[in-house]
Amino acid sequence: MTNFDQELDASGLNCPLPILRAKKALNNMSAGQVLSIIATDPGAVKDFEAFAKQTGNELTESREEGGKFHFLVKKG
Amino acid sequence: MAEKKLAIIATKGSFDWAYPPFILASTAAALGYEVQIFCTFYGLQLLRKKMDMKVTSIGNPGMPMPVPMPVLMQALPGMQSMMTMMMKQKMKSKGVASLEELRALCIEAEVKLIACQMTVDLFDFSSDDFLDGIEYGGAATFFEFAGESDICLFI
Repeated sequence: MTNFDQELDASGLNCPLPILRAKKALNNMSAGQVLSIIATDPGAVKDFEAFAKQTGNELTESREEGGKFHFLVKKG
Repeated sequence: MAEKKLAIIATKGSFDWAYPPFILASTAAALGYEVQIFCTFYGLQLLRKKMDMKVTSIGNPGMPMPVPMPVLMQALPGMQSMMTMMMKQKMKSKGVASLEELRALCIEAEVKLIACQMTVDLFDFSSDDFLDGIEYGGAATFFEFAGESDICLFI
């Protein structure tokens, strides 16, 4: 189990809400801290990659498990 | 990294067409863009204090219908409200944000909303009809920002 500092359950939410909620959560975190996100929107997989690339945050993990998508984003 | 800029012109005032400007603006803001939405003609509906936009299948053969329905029946009184209600329910069940929520997120992210003064006057709107804190301006106001934007969309 990977360590994280904060968790966000975006299950059931559709584009662009998982990204917007994640951004909001990251705003209140400090650099180097890790946000764990759970989502059910399949579009979130590509979206979190793109989000990380454009915002300077690092997507350290992206995996599917039991129909849910798990992401770890390290604040840059 | 210099801040990128997104300029949007919103010209449509139906429930479904109100989504793209708000979705793109809120997402761009989350990605670090500075965003302005210039609302003109029917796009002014996006700025009403209480949004009450409707969706219609009339003239929109691409809209998936739950049951096939002749066009004349779609035009019956009450059908538009019913379709709007059904669309809202469907969106809620799919976890799609409401327009109110997306607009609030845009405002929170400091997306600048501008009402086209000429069309405000044309339709006899008053500033009381619109959100507090929005700006009013004309085409030149739009170009001041759009001219420096990285992305410019007409919706």
